[in-house]
Amino acid sequence: MKKLFALLLTLAMVLSLAACGGNSGNNGSPNDAGSGGSGTAGGKVIKIGVFEPASGDSASGGKKEMLGMQFANSETPTVEIGGETYSVELVPADNGSSTDKAPSAAAQLVSQNVAIVLGSYGSGVSMAASDTFKEAGIAAMGVTCTNPNVTAGNDHYFRICFLDNFQAQVLANFAMDKFSAKTAYCLGETGNEYDQGLIAFFEQIFTAAGGKVIKDSFPTNNSDFNSYLNKAKAEGADVIFTPVSIAYATQIITQAQSLGITAPFLGSDTLDDNMVLDAANGTDIQLYVSTFYQEGGAPAFDEGIKSYINSNSSAKDANGGNDTIAAVTAMGYDAYYVALEAMKAAGSADPAAIKAALSGVTYTGVSGDIAFDSTGDAVRDTAYIKHSTNAGAWELETVQKAS
Amino acid sequence: MEFAISVLISGISVGGQYALIAIGYTMVYGILRLINFAHGDVFMVAGLLGIYLSASLPLYLSLPLVLVFTVALGFCIERAAYKPLRSAPRMSVMISAIGVSYLIQNTATYITGGQPMTYPVIPFLSDTVKIAGTSTKWVTILTPFLVLILVVALTQLINHTKIGMAMRAVAKDFEASQLMGIRINSVISVTFVIGSALAAVGSMLYFTNFQAITPTAGALPGLRAFVAAVVGGIGSIPGAVVGAFIIGICENVIKSTEFTVFSDAGTFALLILILVVKPTGLFGEKVTDKV
Amino acid sequence: MVQQKTKKGAVTAFAAAAVFLGFIILLENLSLLLPSVPNVLLPTSQLFSVLKKAAVYSLAAVSMNLLNGFTGLFSLGQAGFMLLGAYTYAILSVPVADREAVYYLYGGSAVNFSFQDMFGALFGSEGAGGALSMTLGVLVALILAGCVAAVFAYLIGLPVLRLKSDYLAIATLGFAEIIKAVFQWQALGPVTNGANMIKSFPTFSSFNVTGEGGKVVLRLSTFFPFLISMICITMICLLINSTYGRAFKAIREDETAAEAMGINLAKHKMLSFCTSAFFAGISGALFAMFVTNAQARVFTTTMTYEILLIVVIGGIGSISGSIIATFLYVACSEWWLRFLDNEVVLSSGMKLPFLRSGFRMVVFSVVVMIVVLFFRKGIMGDRELPDLFKKRAGKEAAGK
Repeated sequence: MKKLFALLLTLAMVLSLAACGGNSGNNGSPNDAGSGGSGTAGGKVIKIGVFEPASGDSASGGKKEMLGMQFANSETPTVEIGGETYSVELVPADNGSSTDKAPSAAAQLVSQNVAIVLGSYGSGVSMAASDTFKEAGIAAMGVTCTNPNVTAGNDHYFRICFLDNFQAQVLANFAMDKFSAKTAYCLGETGNEYDQGLIAFFEQIFTAAGGKVIKDSFPTNNSDFNSYLNKAKAEGADVIFTPVSIAYATQIITQAQSLGITAPFLGSDTLDDNMVLDAANGTDIQLYVSTFYQEGGAPAFDEGIKSYINSNSSAKDANGGNDTIAAVTAMGYDAYYVALEAMKAAGSADPAAIKAALSGVTYTGVSGDIAFDSTGDAVRDTAYIKHSTNAGAWELETVQKAS
Repeated sequence: MEFAISVLISGISVGGQYALIAIGYTMVYGILRLINFAHGDVFMVAGLLGIYLSASLPLYLSLPLVLVFTVALGFCIERAAYKPLRSAPRMSVMISAIGVSYLIQNTATYITGGQPMTYPVIPFLSDTVKIAGTSTKWVTILTPFLVLILVVALTQLINHTKIGMAMRAVAKDFEASQLMGIRINSVISVTFVIGSALAAVGSMLYFTNFQAITPTAGALPGLRAFVAAVVGGIGSIPGAVVGAFIIGICENVIKSTEFTVFSDAGTFALLILILVVKPTGLFGEKVTDKV
Repeated sequence: MVQQKTKKGAVTAFAAAAVFLGFIILLENLSLLLPSVPNVLLPTSQLFSVLKKAAVYSLAAVSMNLLNGFTGLFSLGQAGFMLLGAYTYAILSVPVADREAVYYLYGGSAVNFSFQDMFGALFGSEGAGGALSMTLGVLVALILAGCVAAVFAYLIGLPVLRLKSDYLAIATLGFAEIIKAVFQWQALGPVTNGANMIKSFPTFSSFNVTGEGGKVVLRLSTFFPFLISMICITMICLLINSTYGRAFKAIREDETAAEAMGINLAKHKMLSFCTSAFFAGISGALFAMFVTNAQARVFTTTMTYEILLIVVIGGIGSISGSIIATFLYVACSEWWLRFLDNEVVLSSGMKLPFLRSGFRMVVFSVVVMIVVLFFRKGIMGDRELPDLFKKRAGKEAAGK
């Protein structure tokens, strides 16, 4: 008999789970509609899910990427689908930069009936959420997740950026062309697939061309890079390749300055960030990064987003307190417009139709031409390499094509 | 050779900063038998306070204020999260510590927006200097000496003052000292105050060296310092200091080899090795079970 | 603990479990049966992702409770054992055909074998035979995941179990970190895939039965983790109610007295440690299935702390407490409080204060602190769910 009671209680608990969830869902949607705020006439709303980290290691990058989408949304808040005007609403979900929280964040977006999902910054969370989007039949579009496995083997995940192997190739070639580098010192975070993937590809290309690579990795949350940098110096490295997250990059730059490192630093797209630029400001460090977008490449966009950032204090906070444009912001901006193109091409607000239409979309954004190949990756053959002037600005070094 | 010296220098410097955190762990453990998991986060908050205060105040005002606020934070944590649980099982207190650590980290994420913050430049400490062919910051050189001075002062305090005697008594036997009329709560508060103050000093040295602060910036130094305290024999102040220097040097030596993946694991391996040989750490007292 | 010695008790418990599992299947398939259901019952809703995660975590929490709550051994190695389980499962389950793509940095895997393919050769890889070989492959890999974790626990336990309380905690925590570093080592890449994640193995949604044209006819993706967790937790319950379980509790209460009563300390501690690791390994494998990949960097000490928090919130020494706490914890942190992350603009144009991203976690940690401070013994103390209805008799049983 007692077991029966226990059972009833358990059932009641599960039901209350469901009930509370239903409530919170109901509470959520009117609020969201309110926060959309654009309140255009038509009244028809189409939602774009923004699947980005707002906490955890990648919060900084995720927020900047989202900033681009928010700016694009403020610029073009409506879309014409099949002759009707829809107002576009961005629905954010925080995946906490962690794969165990990603599935439920993804489920949150799905349960709010988003038509398409943009994101995430970071490949791991994208892969963890992939199946949830797949099951719901919603297309997802990676903005700056560069790991090959994000899109491989599924037809619902697309991406508009280049891949790790391309970027590594560009940087390795650049290192050999510009600095005639023979020895490269590579430093990445232990267990981070982004860092280690780039380093592995870099090593393949660099050693194939007869160079020597020294690889090291540092533990998560590490802040003491003195020993690593001294080692790079002692080994006589010609270039130092550091495809690491923003917080580590700033540490590495400032510590390299106090150690008097003269070898140039090569960074990946993550280093194209104003905090890294700040760290390099006023130092003698030579810092080169490869990136998706060159500031000044699209003057109208630059001007627009700068005034957007400066007019909005929370946007400025998200951008790290100044108005230098990060490449991920430009990518987020483009991603939003690609999503709108897909909606227009689909001629319907149905996620399945949008998913089907997305693969055929072509769009010329501020970061260049965007089109998708058969695996859903962007067809890109250009990367920009720029260097820090050490006076708080980037300067275009060269435009590298894949060779 | 130059490389070896540079490794040693940074090992000693980091070790000194770990020592300042480790003392906080070891003193609290000695008295409450509590692993204060929130200590590393107090250290991080001290860093953040340094950033926010020096943004609006000159350094000679902001640094003492950092000290005051950090001490207040340590005191409040003890009063709010540990004191109500004094009679509860030890596991509950430890969970409370984990909860506080969780709360501090999440609040810091909320306030900073998850962005890495940059610690202000403290004149002189941040200037570079060249020794034996390697250039480094003054803070690196000064840290070990400062640590030694603070530790000597602390041992004087513990061995030769009334409150020090009370602390030793409480550490020896909690209940008996209560019966002898020692005000347990004030002794515990003083312990937390000292621990937090040292963590604040440690944060100034540490973040002058490594300038970016994220909400989890306290986690790794906190864990390393805790390991150091255990290596030295938790509860013993000289043990914590020696342990911290061992861990700091060991970590940097591993970082200089090709097995950098194991720089975390290596320190833990050392810890386990020491524990297996000496189950209470290098300077730990042997506890006998009372039946 | 209620003794389930009587046949009647066992039958009722079995029936209750069966009804509960049936209910889960029904809940999951409502969207297929009824023409329209509320959003929350759609298969991709947060309800199901929370239920799945909680099922996985509840097994991890109960296995930790076995060690920390029932045996009184303070271990913080949970994440390490879960990592071992997750990787064992992943390495043995990725179909050979997909290995090239998964291990793309290393040009294929060193382990060119998977249970699914092995059974597939026996029963065929299409239709019912395919389903059978997939299920068998998953089950065998799950058991092996547990075994590998248990073997490692044995090796670790030899030197470490002699240590006392906090020293044991920090040593096990250290081992978890060492294991993590080994799995992230690029030199072992052909086996562990280095820093990259292993993916493409069967996950929970592989258990959905599909009919013509890939349309799902029966959803079992939530049922599966519940089934496995329930079986494992039942086994832990049986162990706790056996002679061994009573010996564990004796060790928890007083080691010296237990030894004086003739309990072999080393043997029983080791048994508890290995059993706990075995089930932690299985829950790690389930975790990998839940997040659809295995990657070492997820299994941090924070994860161990989270599980410990769940155990303590549920009540140290209460299995049903751990389970209830898991569901509440996961639902709170990932679902119910999510609205706190969104900025809300009232119709008057005023922004509600505090609400912005990150606020959810602040509120959540405050809630956790309140529970820890005001419910010192956790939700259930050391009672079990049925005890609540027994009143006096229950108290006596709990006192044993």
